[in-house]
Amino acid sequence: MRVHAQRVGALSGGLLFPALSMADWTVNMTPGVTGTSNDIFDLHMTIFWICVAIGAVVFGIMFWSIFAHRKSQGAKPANFHENTMVEVLWTLIPLVILVIMAIPATATLIDMYDTTESDIDIKVTGYQWKWQYEYINEDFGYFSNLTTPSDQIRNRQTKGENYLLEVDNPMVIPVGKKVRFLLTANDVIHSWWVPDFGVKKDAIPGFINEAWTRVDKPGTYRGQCTELCGKDHGFMPVVVKAVPEEEYNTWVADQKAAAEKERELTQKDWTMDELMERGEKAYATACAACHQVNGNGVPPAFPALRGSAIATGDIAAHIDVVVNGVSGTAMQAFGGQLNEADLAAIITYERNAWGNKMGDMVTPKEIFDYKNQQ
Amino acid sequence: MSAVAGTHAQDHHHGPARGISRWLLTTNHKDIGSMYLIFSFTMFLLGGTMAMVIRAELFQPGLQIVQPEFFNQMTTMHGLIMVFGAVMPAFVGLANWMIPLMIGAPDMALPRMNNWSFWLLPCAFLILVSTLFMEGGAPNFGWTFYAPLSTTYGPPSTTFFIFAIHIMGVSSIMGAINVIATVLNMRAPGMTLMKMPMFVWTWLITAFLLIAVMPVLAGVVTMMLMDINFGTSFFNAAGGGDPVLFQHVFWFFGHPEVYIMILPAFGAISQIIPAFSRKRLFGYASMVYATGAIALLSFLVWAHHMFTVGVPLAGQLFFMYATLLIAVPTGVKVFNWVATMFRGSLTFEAPMLFAIAFVILFSIGGFSGLMLAIAPADFQYHDTYFVVAHFHYVLVPGAIFGIFASAYFWLPKWTGYMYDETLAKTHFWLSFVGMNLAFFPMHFLGLAGMPRRIPDYALQFADFNMVSSIGAFMFGATQLLFLLIVVKCARGGVKAPAKPWEGAEGLEWTVPSPAPYHTFTTPPDVK
Repeated sequence: MRVHAQRVGALSGGLLFPALSMADWTVNMTPGVTGTSNDIFDLHMTIFWICVAIGAVVFGIMFWSIFAHRKSQGAKPANFHENTMVEVLWTLIPLVILVIMAIPATATLIDMYDTTESDIDIKVTGYQWKWQYEYINEDFGYFSNLTTPSDQIRNRQTKGENYLLEVDNPMVIPVGKKVRFLLTANDVIHSWWVPDFGVKKDAIPGFINEAWTRVDKPGTYRGQCTELCGKDHGFMPVVVKAVPEEEYNTWVADQKAAAEKERELTQKDWTMDELMERGEKAYATACAACHQVNGNGVPPAFPALRGSAIATGDIAAHIDVVVNGVSGTAMQAFGGQLNEADLAAIITYERNAWGNKMGDMVTPKEIFDYKNQQ
Repeated sequence: MSAVAGTHAQDHHHGPARGISRWLLTTNHKDIGSMYLIFSFTMFLLGGTMAMVIRAELFQPGLQIVQPEFFNQMTTMHGLIMVFGAVMPAFVGLANWMIPLMIGAPDMALPRMNNWSFWLLPCAFLILVSTLFMEGGAPNFGWTFYAPLSTTYGPPSTTFFIFAIHIMGVSSIMGAINVIATVLNMRAPGMTLMKMPMFVWTWLITAFLLIAVMPVLAGVVTMMLMDINFGTSFFNAAGGGDPVLFQHVFWFFGHPEVYIMILPAFGAISQIIPAFSRKRLFGYASMVYATGAIALLSFLVWAHHMFTVGVPLAGQLFFMYATLLIAVPTGVKVFNWVATMFRGSLTFEAPMLFAIAFVILFSIGGFSGLMLAIAPADFQYHDTYFVVAHFHYVLVPGAIFGIFASAYFWLPKWTGYMYDETLAKTHFWLSFVGMNLAFFPMHFLGLAGMPRRIPDYALQFADFNMVSSIGAFMFGATQLLFLLIVVKCARGGVKAPAKPWEGAEGLEWTVPSPAPYHTFTTPPDVK
C-alpha cells in the first residue's frame, strides 16, 4: 500500500510539474528500520485511512447537497432542524472509533517508554549548534559537526548529495542491540530526531530524557535537530551509522586509543606555529559559527574578536572567558567541551589572527594547570 | 427572532463627530468595530509580507535572500502578528460591530473601555514592530518563545516584546469583559440565552476563554522579564529553574488560544450556512453544547504540544485521550453544518463559498489534528512541516476564511452597498487555490522529514517547497484584491436593502443598510 501511495503521488506530481519530475516527490512517512518506527507507521496509516473514510462520507453528503439541493435547480428548503437521535449517533460513533484507535496507540507508547535493559548507553548533549555523543560505559566521547561547506550553502558551489545532512563524526551503533539515549542540552532546548528509527526526543538543559532504539539493518541514517535553537538550528544534523557488532567493537577500541592520544597532547611541548595551525582548524569548528571565520562576529549577540578587549588584553582573562564561558550570554564554557590542546590552540590563534598581533601563546599544560586550580 | 419597530425614530440622533477626533475619542461600537477590522487587515498584510519573505527564502535550497538570524525574526514576527494582530482583532472587530446589532443593544456595555482597548493595540504593535529596527534585531525565538532561547539567549529587544505582549493582553481582556457584560446584560427583551445567534454564543464562550488564559500569558512573560532583567531563574536550569515549566505555562495559555481564534469563526459560519441554505441551523442546542465542550476540553489538552519533552507515560496517555476527545464535539459541529445544507435551497455567493471552503478545509486541518493527537505518531510529526501544514489549515481556511466570509456577509450592512460579486468570487477562487497549493504540500514535506523553522533544507525537500512558495505568493497577492473589493464597496455601488440575503435571519437585518450610527436606542421586541 505504501509503495503504491508513493507511486501515485510521484505520478500525479510528475503530471502536474513535468519540468520538476526528476526530483523527489515523497509524500508519505518512512516506515523506517526499527520495530518502533514500523509500529508508528502502521498507526499513522490506520488513522489516515480512518480520516479518509470519515471525510469521504461527510464531504460526500455535502457535495451531494451542493449538487442536488441548489436553488438554481429549483430546490425547496426542507423544514427539519433538529433530531436528537441523529445527534446522539454522531456523537457516539466517533467516540467508538477513537477508543478503537487509542488501544494500539497506547500499546506502542508503552513500548516506546520502556528504556530498561539496554545494551549500550549513549549520552547525547545538544549544543548551539552541534551534538556531543558520549559513550558513557566506554569512557570516550566526541562532537558531531555539520560538514557541508559554507560555499554550498551560499550557492557558490554545487550542493552535494547529502547537503546539510552530513557530519564529521557520526554516532556509531551496533545492529541488533538495544541502544539507550540519555539526552540533555548545554544551552537551549534542542531535539534529537532520526526519522528512520522513530526516535525524537527533546534535549533540555537541566533534564535527562531517555529514548531507545534497536536497529537491525546496517546503514547510515540521517535526521536533524527539530527544536528551534537559534541561528543555526537548520544546520545541526544527526547522522547515525549502524554497523555489525564486530565492526562496532573495532571502532570502540580505535576511539579509546585516540582519546588516550589526545590526552598525551597536553604533555607535549608546542611551538607557536603548531598552535596557530591547530588553532585555526579548531576555531573553525568550535567558534566560527558565532564569531565568524574572519573574527568579526555578529554583534551584539556574538561580539567581534578582531581587536576585541579580551582577545587583545590580559591572557588570564581570555583563558577564563573561553574555559568558563560568560554566564547570561551565548558564550559557552568550552572547558568541558574541548581538550587542553584545542583550548590552548584556539586562545593562541585568537590572540594572533586577523591582525590581533599579541605575539604571546598559551600551552596546553598551562590550560591543564588552570583547570586543576579551579 | 424577528420584528423590530421604528428604526427611523433613531434618525434624529446626532451623527459622528468630525475629523480625527471621531476616531480617537469614539465610543461608538460601529466606529470601533471598523477600526479593529482595518487594523487587523493592516496587520494581516504586514504579517503576510513576512510570510512572503519566508517563502521566498525557502523557494530554493541554499541561503539566497536573508540570513538565518533574520529568517528567525521573520518566522517569529509572522506568527505573533498573525495571531495577536490579525486574527484576534478581526474577531473583536466583528464582535463590536455585530453583537449589539444581533442582540438588539444600542452599543457595547462599556463604551469608553472599548475605545481604550482598541487604542492600546496600535501602541502594542508599534512597540513590537519597532524591535525589527533595534540593535540585535526583533525577537527570533519563534512565536512560542521557548525559554531559555528567549531569556538567557534572547536578543536585547525581548523586553520590548514582553511589554508589547502585556499591552495586547490588557486589550484582549478588556475586550472580553466588554463582550461578556454586553451579552449578559444588554439583550433585547425576549432574547433568552438559547435564542441568541450562534455568533453571539461562540463569542461569549471565547470571551470567557480569553479572561481565563490571557493572565496566564501575562504571567509567563512576566517570569521571563524577571529572568532577563532581575536575576531570577524561573526557566534557567543553571539557577535551579525549569525550562519545561515555561512550556507548561505557555501551552496552558496556548491551547485555549487556538480555540479563541476559531470559535468566533464557528459562530459566523453557523450564521452564514443557514442563510445561504435557506434553512434553519440544524441542531442549534447541540451546537451551543459542543462549543462549550470544546472550550472546557481546551484546558485539559495543553501537553499534546509537548509529547517529545519527556512527559511521563501516564501524563502522555491522559493528554492523548483528552485530545482525541476534542474530535467528538468538533465532529458534531461539522455534521450539523452539513445537515443544515442537506435538503436546503443553496446559492453560492461569496460568503457561502468561503463558508463551504471553511467546513471542508477546516475539517482537513481537524483530521491532521487527529493524527497529531496519536502520541506515538506525534514523535514523527512533531516540529516538522506536518505541524505547520496542520495549523495553517485550521487558521487560514479556518479563522481567516471565516473572517472573509463574515466580511462579505455583513459588508452590505456596514457600507450600505453590495460588494462586487464577480471580484469577490475571483478573490475566493484565487485564495482557495493559492492556499491549498501553499499548505497542502507541507504535509508531504513534514512526513518526508523536514523540520519546521529552518531557513535552508536538504535537497529532497526542494520540489514541494517550490510548489508551496508559488502557492503562497499567489495567496498573498490575492489579498490585495480583497482590499480593492472593500474600498470599492465602501465608495458606492448597488444600494443594499436592509436584508440583502434572502435566507438571512436575525435582528441585524431589521435595521437599514448602512446601519445608522445609533441603532436600537429603544430595544426591539424578540418573540
